[in-house]
Amino acid sequence: MEYILFIIAAAITIGSSILALTRLNASHALIYLVVTLLALAVIFFLLGAPFAAALQIVVYAGAIVVLFLFVVMMLNLGKSSVEREQRWLQPRMWYGPAVLSAILFAILCVAIYDSPSSDTTGTMVSPKEVGTELFGPYIIAVELAGFLLLAGLVGAYHLGRRYLSDRRS
Amino acid sequence: MGNAMTIPVDLVMLLAIALFVIGLFGVLTRRNIIFILISIEVMMNASALAFIAAGARWGQPDGQIMFMFILAIAAAEVAIALGLVIQLARRFNTLDIDAASELND
Repeated sequence: MEYILFIIAAAITIGSSILALTRLNASHALIYLVVTLLALAVIFFLLGAPFAAALQIVVYAGAIVVLFLFVVMMLNLGKSSVEREQRWLQPRMWYGPAVLSAILFAILCVAIYDSPSSDTTGTMVSPKEVGTELFGPYIIAVELAGFLLLAGLVGAYHLGRRYLSDRRS
Repeated sequence: MGNAMTIPVDLVMLLAIALFVIGLFGVLTRRNIIFILISIEVMMNASALAFIAAGARWGQPDGQIMFMFILAIAAAEVAIALGLVIQLARRFNTLDIDAASELND
């Protein structure tokens, strides 16, 4: 049962991520990105990580993608942006990256299947275990993540603000 | 949640690799900075999936903890990067990432 659900969710993940990266309209791409993230949340749940699945939905699909949507709407990209994307996305530009990505994919597949293991994913890890581990041995990393988020806040404020010299010119 | 979770870890890793490669393809192909950022998000999710799969394989919470740090890093990265997108749109009036190669001339 879990296996079938996993296959379905994996197919949705790969399909919608390919669609997200080949759209011309940024808002359509973001909707496909949300689909990708929700399918990944299903996979996390199937792997026995319900807390990570909830965080994936709340933080990724709920906050980060909305941040993207705010900026896309603020920039007010119209019909002209779709035509410009069409100009930028010519098929001959795809060949090089496609070959490079295929080579990387092959190498990583060989690395995975070089030592074949038929291990299956194990037991469920409850949020309680995650919490005790997070605020036990990993407490320094939690504080560093807090510093990082503070730096992100200050940096975003600094970059997003309109300067006097901009207004004059 | 059932107690018989029979998903082979190889398959999950294969999915993570596929997602990472798709994201890499997007980064290399697109010129619009917003799509490059979306591709980076997909790549980050691929690594998060690998962490979760490894954590589930050994039944340890460390995988989920690493996922949480990836989440924090992604949030900080998106905040800064979207600030840069706004600056790019304001200064060059375009989202083309090649417009920001002024250091060349």
